Amino acid sequence: MPKDSGIGASSKRREDVRFLTGAGNYTDDINIHGQAYVYFLRSDIAHGRINSIDTADAEAMPGVVRVFTGADFEGVGGMPCGWQVTDRHGQPMQEPPHPILAQGKVRHVGDPIAAVVADSLEQARDAAEAIAFDIEELPAVVDMREAAKGGATKVHDDLTSNICYDWVLGETDDAKVDEVFQNAAHVTTLELTNNRLVANPMEPRVCVAEYSRGTDEYTLYTTSQNPHVIRLLMCAFVLGLPEHKVRVVAPDVGGGFGTKIFHYAEEAFCTFAAKACNRPVKWTASRSEAFMSDAQGRDHVTKIELALDSDNNFVGLRTDTLANMGAYLSTFSSSVPTWLHGTLMAGNYKTPVIQVNVKAIFTNTVPVDAYRGAGRPEATFQLERVIDKAARELGVDPIKLRRQNFITEFPYDTPVALTYDTGDYNGTMDKLEAAADIAGFPARRAESEARGKLRGLGVNCYIEACGIAPSNIVGMLGARAGLYDAATVRVNATGTISVMVGAHSHGQGHETAFPQVVAEMIGIDESMVEIVHGDTSKIPFGMGTYGSRSLAVCGSAMVRATEKIINKAKKIAAHLLEASEADIELKDGQFTVAGTDKSVAWGDVTLTAYVPHNFPLEDIEPGLEETAFYDPANFTFPAGAYACEVEVDPETGKVTIERFTAADDFGNIVNPMIVDGQVHGGIGQGIGQALLENCVYDENGQLLSASYMDYAMPRADDVPFYTVDHSSQTPCTHNPLGVKGCGEAGAIGSPPAVVNAVIDALQSGGKTVDHIDMPVSPSRVWAAMNG
Amino acid sequence: MYSFEFEKPSTIAEAVAALGAEEAQALGGGQTLIPTLKQRLAAPAKLVSLSGIAELKGVCVEDDGALAIGGGTTHATVAREAADKYPALADLASHIGDPAVRNRGTIGGSLANNDPSACYPAAVLASGATIRTNSRDIAADDFFQGMFTTALADGEIITSVRFPVPQAANYQKFLQPASRFALVGVFVARFADGVRVAVTGASEDGVFRWTEAEQALSADFRPDAVKDLKVDPSGMIGDLHGSKEYRAHLVGVMTRRAVAAAG
Amino acid sequence: MAQVSMTVNGKSVSGDVEGRTLLSSFLRDHLSLTGTHVGCDTGQCGACVVHVNGESVKSCNMLAVEADGAEVGTIEGQANPDGSLNVIQQAFQEHHGLQCGFCTPGMVMSAAALLKENPKPTEAEIREYLEGNICRCTGYHNIVKAIMAASGQDVGAIAAE
Repeated sequence: MPKDSGIGASSKRREDVRFLTGAGNYTDDINIHGQAYVYFLRSDIAHGRINSIDTADAEAMPGVVRVFTGADFEGVGGMPCGWQVTDRHGQPMQEPPHPILAQGKVRHVGDPIAAVVADSLEQARDAAEAIAFDIEELPAVVDMREAAKGGATKVHDDLTSNICYDWVLGETDDAKVDEVFQNAAHVTTLELTNNRLVANPMEPRVCVAEYSRGTDEYTLYTTSQNPHVIRLLMCAFVLGLPEHKVRVVAPDVGGGFGTKIFHYAEEAFCTFAAKACNRPVKWTASRSEAFMSDAQGRDHVTKIELALDSDNNFVGLRTDTLANMGAYLSTFSSSVPTWLHGTLMAGNYKTPVIQVNVKAIFTNTVPVDAYRGAGRPEATFQLERVIDKAARELGVDPIKLRRQNFITEFPYDTPVALTYDTGDYNGTMDKLEAAADIAGFPARRAESEARGKLRGLGVNCYIEACGIAPSNIVGMLGARAGLYDAATVRVNATGTISVMVGAHSHGQGHETAFPQVVAEMIGIDESMVEIVHGDTSKIPFGMGTYGSRSLAVCGSAMVRATEKIINKAKKIAAHLLEASEADIELKDGQFTVAGTDKSVAWGDVTLTAYVPHNFPLEDIEPGLEETAFYDPANFTFPAGAYACEVEVDPETGKVTIERFTAADDFGNIVNPMIVDGQVHGGIGQGIGQALLENCVYDENGQLLSASYMDYAMPRADDVPFYTVDHSSQTPCTHNPLGVKGCGEAGAIGSPPAVVNAVIDALQSGGKTVDHIDMPVSPSRVWAAMNG
Repeated sequence: MYSFEFEKPSTIAEAVAALGAEEAQALGGGQTLIPTLKQRLAAPAKLVSLSGIAELKGVCVEDDGALAIGGGTTHATVAREAADKYPALADLASHIGDPAVRNRGTIGGSLANNDPSACYPAAVLASGATIRTNSRDIAADDFFQGMFTTALADGEIITSVRFPVPQAANYQKFLQPASRFALVGVFVARFADGVRVAVTGASEDGVFRWTEAEQALSADFRPDAVKDLKVDPSGMIGDLHGSKEYRAHLVGVMTRRAVAAAG
Repeated sequence: MAQVSMTVNGKSVSGDVEGRTLLSSFLRDHLSLTGTHVGCDTGQCGACVVHVNGESVKSCNMLAVEADGAEVGTIEGQANPDGSLNVIQQAFQEHHGLQCGFCTPGMVMSAAALLKENPKPTEAEIREYLEGNICRCTGYHNIVKAIMAASGQDVGAIAAE
């Protein structure tokens, strides 16, 4: 029987009521009396030298409070990068300055040249049009392969080249890798791109900032996944403000998907301007502005080679990737193609020798950073595509080839720096084969063919490193931050509980799922527990939500703090029951003396904590509030197997997804309904990447896919119902809940399944097509079929 | 948006007078114009809303059996009210944009804008319709003059569109995946005196008649009649959603499908 | 400036607006009905869908002055008179048809318009009807399921998926 509350129950989401009735509180819903509006004048060219900017006419326009340019930020820190990557020669990456407003040059379409603060947004726009500037257009570098060449136009004049770093992981001795490939019975090679995406949370970014002259305090409301990170970066590296004078609030946030992790120039600008103008200021991005100012995702070009022995065992893997950084280093950009990508190249397979080469390249495009999956989708896509190609070349069943090479013993040290703690890849594949009815595929194919359609089946596996991240490991790898999290459990006198958590919920349902854990531990009703998040003035500290980390890391902190609460409550109960603390048991909200019928209820204990009459003050402090910081011992390793069936219309090349099945191993699960929803959403985005979405610049750096008119977002009729199975469960071995994280799996696991299925369909129709780059649009499929 | 004066007349005559002002522009359902204004890509001094003019709205059958649709009639209304008289046209209207867009967008607005990927121009041209304005009647063959360009003079209002109803017709649209406009749309209309085929979405010159297909289908109204015809890719639109060659190919596919569906 | 008057969720309201003021801005900024969201500027995302005279409309694509005299319905007016969630809202909660909640008001308003036109829509009809409502969180699975459930159809088979 499914549980109806606590861990494992599909509790209905309590946050839904406000969202369904229009009572949510998103940042753009916040208006402060007297606020002024910010409009950013953004570059419409990709690369140019700023010769002059004259704001005099703009300053004189009606309603204008002040006009800012880069000159106003001389001496103010630039936007920081949070991860120092060390290259193959032991040298630090090239790290160019990233000013709040452009200084000297503009480097991408959308780079802010100036900002106008005015009484109304339209007045600010009017004034922005009156700013006179002389910007000399320079040649733009857009294509990474061209940008990486010696003699290419430089995005940053002070750097030696456009190469941010040239990095290697795994076997660094080229000769040893060459030897493996020379001795291999078969080598499969594939060149591919991982298409650039725009995260597109439905809520565009917004900042509202105010400054109090009386107290010298700032408040920034912002659309962020991690308000403490924003406060830390902005105070310590950008504006030089004392953290205790700055409050950052991320209220209801309308989706993040990674792109709301980063500290953006607009946040620092608004905070700065609120004081400089002595007025609250508000900036709301339009969607068009989001397309040229939100950090974008993916954008890798890769050559991957897989070596197999005569028994079809994987013996070596070598990859060579160019990763686009865009024009500046966004907050975590440098870590994505390296420690979140290279480290996953072992996948689910016991390949003994792996070499991963990555060059990160600056171009005159919008900065690129983490987007749902962040590096792991890029790793999974190339690996699972090359395995599929190898299976086809060798004439073996792609599932069988994968099974043969699965890692089966744990813990497993990969050749690329990770230790997988647990997993059951064959068990998960069994679940997939059953749930997807792989055996029934030939009949479905025949039925499609009878209707003139080509049908294909694509299967792949994925593994991800989640629960980001052990601070000691990431510190060695160049992170400039720890990646622990924190929770405070505050028990009120009447027994209700507020849990202040560092994780931020922007769709993940923490407000529902986290209380399930605390309520189960104590044995009280879920409704007695409330989650508080998103406000640096209310929560102890927190690194926020990304990398499928919330439950695995912050949830673990919450468990530890709750354990402290229970320990203290037991002391109080022992006192009330005149028993030994060691004899106190907690069950269903009752403290009982073991082996007796003597008990005291949770509410009596909590009341006693706050009304400490006859209290052993020498042993126990009054009150009942505990904080825990939790730093994970290792990453968590969710893994799964996905299957996609497509139909291809041979006349038009249009691909339709007929069936999609996901079998995931997330370890233990707190709320299956929410987990299903997370997987559905990830699959929707993965199908979007595979079939529809593409962020495209022309050769001059103009953004061609600059709105929903040209950037194809998945709609309801682009996708089917999905089948999701997470009954394969190997609990994480090193966190208290045994959870692994589920937020990114769908986006990581689904793109190769789709493309593998399309290739399978085309091959079944006699087309010798072995790869099509994403998005696998009708025109590309048609071109490949007729190529 | 730039600031503008707003006027909402209740008769065609008042609207024509209002549009006589400097930099005045008519506002139909606004489903294209308002986004354009939001981007500050247009700066009319005055917007004249046509939504309050009762005589611009409605679908009716004329004495000779032709269907007359008021210029201010929404796509949703055409989808409902033309369904019995001209099902292919109603079906086209029922797939423009999305439901909320169809509740505001009007046939007159769509035709006056003449977006090269819009659906209505294909129906109007293939049907040999007549565009009636406040001052004259314009044959469909004379109305469309290239992307976003029509025979309308400044301040001229489309009061109605008169559609001769064909014996058989069908519209096939292949979606541009982002905008959901037509990447290629083909409207085939079979009349007693011949077949007309109009193509939208594909050409750099906007909607056009595929005369080779018309001749072949007038002789033999079956998909196979056009299977060997090719469209010259050179005048087609090539962009990130599809090459010129792909669009040219789709014109053939969509034409065959439209013929098959028209029966 | 022009004065507009309309009925919003059954209440008469009026305000002075510019010609260029959008209906979405009037609702959000003048009436503080911030449940109507704005997610794009090209009329595609549908987060701003409201009902005008009973029909779904994208409120960021309509001038407030064009709604003068109209009956407007927003997400704030969808709950039952006693404040409880209506059938569609309940179904969205029951079937987890929302995550971040940003597209949700538009989804609920579009779903209401659909069920008024077509009380028992098929899966395909629902998916097609939602063409103008973009959700980035759910992959649409549970939205479609919720609307089917709200129309009284058995979604047990889908629940197993």
